[in-house]
Amino acid sequence: MTTTPRQVVVTGLGATTPLGGDVASTWEGLLAGRSGARRLTEDWIEQLPVQIGAPLAVELPLGRVEARTLDRSQQMALVAAREAWADAGSPDVDQERLAACVASGIGGVITLLTQHDVLREKGARRVSPHVVPMLMPNGPASTVGLEFKAKAGVHAPVSACASGSEAIALGLDIIRAGRADVVIAGGTEAAIAALPIAGFAQMQALSRRNDTPETASRPFDKARDGFVLGEGAAILVLEAAEHAAARGARIHGTLAGAGISSDAYHIAAPDPTGAGAARAVRAALRSASLAPTDIIHINAHATSTPSGDVAEAVALRSALGNHIDEVAVTSTKSMTGHLLGAAGAVEAIASLLALRERIVPATRNLDALDDEIALDVVSIDNRKIGTGAALSNSFGFGGHDVCLAFTV
Amino acid sequence: MSQDILAGLAVILEEVAGVDPADVTPEKTFIDDLDVDSLSMVEVVVAAEEKFSVKIPDDDVKSLKTVGDAVSYIQRAGVAA
Repeated sequence: MTTTPRQVVVTGLGATTPLGGDVASTWEGLLAGRSGARRLTEDWIEQLPVQIGAPLAVELPLGRVEARTLDRSQQMALVAAREAWADAGSPDVDQERLAACVASGIGGVITLLTQHDVLREKGARRVSPHVVPMLMPNGPASTVGLEFKAKAGVHAPVSACASGSEAIALGLDIIRAGRADVVIAGGTEAAIAALPIAGFAQMQALSRRNDTPETASRPFDKARDGFVLGEGAAILVLEAAEHAAARGARIHGTLAGAGISSDAYHIAAPDPTGAGAARAVRAALRSASLAPTDIIHINAHATSTPSGDVAEAVALRSALGNHIDEVAVTSTKSMTGHLLGAAGAVEAIASLLALRERIVPATRNLDALDDEIALDVVSIDNRKIGTGAALSNSFGFGGHDVCLAFTV
Repeated sequence: MSQDILAGLAVILEEVAGVDPADVTPEKTFIDDLDVDSLSMVEVVVAAEEKFSVKIPDDDVKSLKTVGDAVSYIQRAGVAA
């Protein structure tokens, strides 16, 4: 016996990214092909081999006390969640039927590092009493849950750069399982600091195009040399379709399904066969009751690393067969940089808006497609698309693979 | 003297917890009236120690329910020092 799962729709969107302080400006930036990457000017940057990043486009609109008691990742999540909640019409929801799933790949690393400096320089008495709630990886989820009084559960799945997508996938599961009617879901990351940059640089994961930051993130391009570390947050309000219909909510689209798998291959390197990623894509299609031929657009994980982009291309062909030749693929990381645990949430919004507005933002800096990438990557100009379904991929260090499926 | 301490506490409370200085009067309780949570209370205490050059041991903090309690404590501790 099979039963049709509860349908889950998206009724609110919010974001603060390297392209803009909200969803509208971020989407406008993607369509305009703007780069959020720039040369960093912090005083610690000179000691590092990588001196570029993609910081937030605008300052966070928060009060002084919020700024003092919340890690930057919590602040960004709160700002994005407030926008998403307002966008959803600030619904009057039964708090015991409201959950929050807000993920971060690294957590409050800036707090950890700056408070460690306080400890060493000024002593234990001067360490902030807020330090533990600020650095714990569930801090952003808890902050968002407190803001909207979510009492059906607050979750923070941690899976490195797949965290934001996994949080959205968990939100889908929670609503399908009947544990909540509304879930505030997404990701946040604030890791532009010396130690994370030094660490990613030691992994040879970051682009070293210090003199031309706008061209540094170049997914699928022959000359790509690593990702650009970005920061930001994106939040979606997920809602059971019948709940949204009952309150007459405006619906952006449907979160049709999600697939999760793991590589079991290496702690950081992608499986070159793309087997794990392909399993996540197939699982998302099954979860969404979609056929490969329903897919018209894919927002790829494609971070601009030499090995990752190729493995994803292999995985997509493996999962969708030759239909992949008909799919408009893009990597919006060419503009936003890589927002780690927030990336999947930003790209979920980009995929949904691409479907709704029927236009795929072009991948920037794609001057010469890598011979090993057999994908129809949208480049140079944005491309109009018809109607169908979209996929958004996210993969993370640790071998995490998550694929989300959207329809409108 | 106590007026100076009261004014100093008001500055700290505004900085740490966003409390309107006009609300900082001796009879107000930190937690219920001024909405200063237990974590922010630690920040207030550490800032007060620094500002008034006194020591406020953690065990004594529990007895400081109102702004007036804190003013008298700091006044006494300052004299003792």
